[in-house]
Amino acid sequence: MTVLLETSGLSRTFRLPRTGFGSARAERRALIDMNLTISAGDRLGVVGESGSGKTTLMKLLLALDTPTAGTVTFRGETLPIADMARFRRAVQVVFQDPRSSLNPRMSIADIIREPLECLGIEGAHDVRIDEVLEAVGLGAAMRGRYPHELSGGQRQRVAIARALAPRPEVLIADEPVSALDVLVRDEILDLLHGLTESLGLTLIMVSHDLSVIARLCDDVIVMQDGVAVERGKTAEVFSRPSHPFTVSLISAVPRLPR
Amino acid sequence: MSLLEVRNLVVAFGDKRVVDDVSFDLAAGSRLGIIGESGSGKTLTTLAVMGLLPDTATVSGSIRFEGEELLTRNDSQMSALRGNRMGMVFQEPLTSLNPLMRVGKQIAMPLKIHQGTPIKEGLKIALRLCETVGLPDPDRIVHSYPHQLSGGQRQRIGLAIALACDPVLLIADEPTTALDVTVQKEVLKLMNELVSSRGSSLIFVSHDLPVIASMTESVLVMNTGKVVEHADVRNLFAAPQHDYSRKLIATAKHSDDLFTSFRDGTR
Repeated sequence: MTVLLETSGLSRTFRLPRTGFGSARAERRALIDMNLTISAGDRLGVVGESGSGKTTLMKLLLALDTPTAGTVTFRGETLPIADMARFRRAVQVVFQDPRSSLNPRMSIADIIREPLECLGIEGAHDVRIDEVLEAVGLGAAMRGRYPHELSGGQRQRVAIARALAPRPEVLIADEPVSALDVLVRDEILDLLHGLTESLGLTLIMVSHDLSVIARLCDDVIVMQDGVAVERGKTAEVFSRPSHPFTVSLISAVPRLPR
Repeated sequence: MSLLEVRNLVVAFGDKRVVDDVSFDLAAGSRLGIIGESGSGKTLTTLAVMGLLPDTATVSGSIRFEGEELLTRNDSQMSALRGNRMGMVFQEPLTSLNPLMRVGKQIAMPLKIHQGTPIKEGLKIALRLCETVGLPDPDRIVHSYPHQLSGGQRQRIGLAIALACDPVLLIADEPTTALDVTVQKEVLKLMNELVSSRGSSLIFVSHDLPVIASMTESVLVMNTGKVVEHADVRNLFAAPQHDYSRKLIATAKHSDDLFTSFRDGTR
């Protein structure tokens, strides 16, 4: 399979603010020596608790942040590549809270049109907008509406439509359902699952929820303190976890009464 | 007699009824869960019990706590109850704790307000409470400010404040939603132990079915302001009666089964 994204020795260290006059600035190593290969068609889940480096990894994969060491390559070229629009067309993102990721002053059609224009995509944008709205289960009637008129689930559908508009190869989703209600969450997971299948999308999804990962991801990496402590096939890792942290994560999942 | 009797409770903003004819009883020492999605009225129901609804809300019906009507009480009469007979734990300890006060003093405050315990005495009790809620190194913790503590530690402080005056009723609104799963597990276990050992009653609000199931004996299922089902936890899971509860439980079961099949390697 074609390797789409690869990280090598990827690290990100943040310098923390001074705690007092003349005190040295402490450092926080958010991501340490991450090596990762993502091939076309992979569906990778990234789990870990807050502060484990999941979001830092996402930002670096999206070239929204610069590593302090190591590299991210896209189809063999080190980021940032000369033509970043080409990268952005291929790698799109859905964030956790659509209320903050959708511009409240733009209509739904304009929100989806924005990446098409910014990334210099040819063709009839209006047709594409209708196509992606259809693909996420929203009708063309949504076009003129504004984010505040929509429910949480509809907003997240718009965010997914916007990500799909440039026909990406890779979809990166950072906690895409954790701000949603249980039933809506289920619908959005179904939608994401259907889309990865029908469009052959490569998916990288960050979640703290192991059942969400089980549902959508073939492979998983477990992160703790900036390090991937365990990785493998989701079914293998969940049934035979080898790292104590993975074991504690699995046993902490709230269960229904049996 | 029930500890808490809620009858035909209606909370409205203008002509929108956000809590619509809710009734339930809570016997002393029992545990009730309230589950629902955002906008279902679950939080407003508990805010009505605590007398913390905004002034713009109109309330009708009846809420009797230890035999006394709460809805006719004024603010200062409600303040005398809150943090005293009724303890509260909120979702986000970073917003419910005072950022400018050391946590030890925050635990001692309800003791001073409700029982007249001098702060100095209160601080000693705070030390013991920190131990009770499983905080390591209480001597250091009581002198810390909230920002110096982790999320789980902060929520334990929230619990210590709620329990300081030994309430007969503890109301917890999504107390672990903001926490990591491993921390959630510990905090839930702690709440379970404390509520059992003290014999307090519990109202536990959550959108998370498995969490509700692990904490309570009976559950109110709320949807758009109404109670659609009130059942024993076991019965609710075994045979949900209302369409909405059925959907909620089917979704939770599906996700639970899938996780089980992965964990057990049967997939």
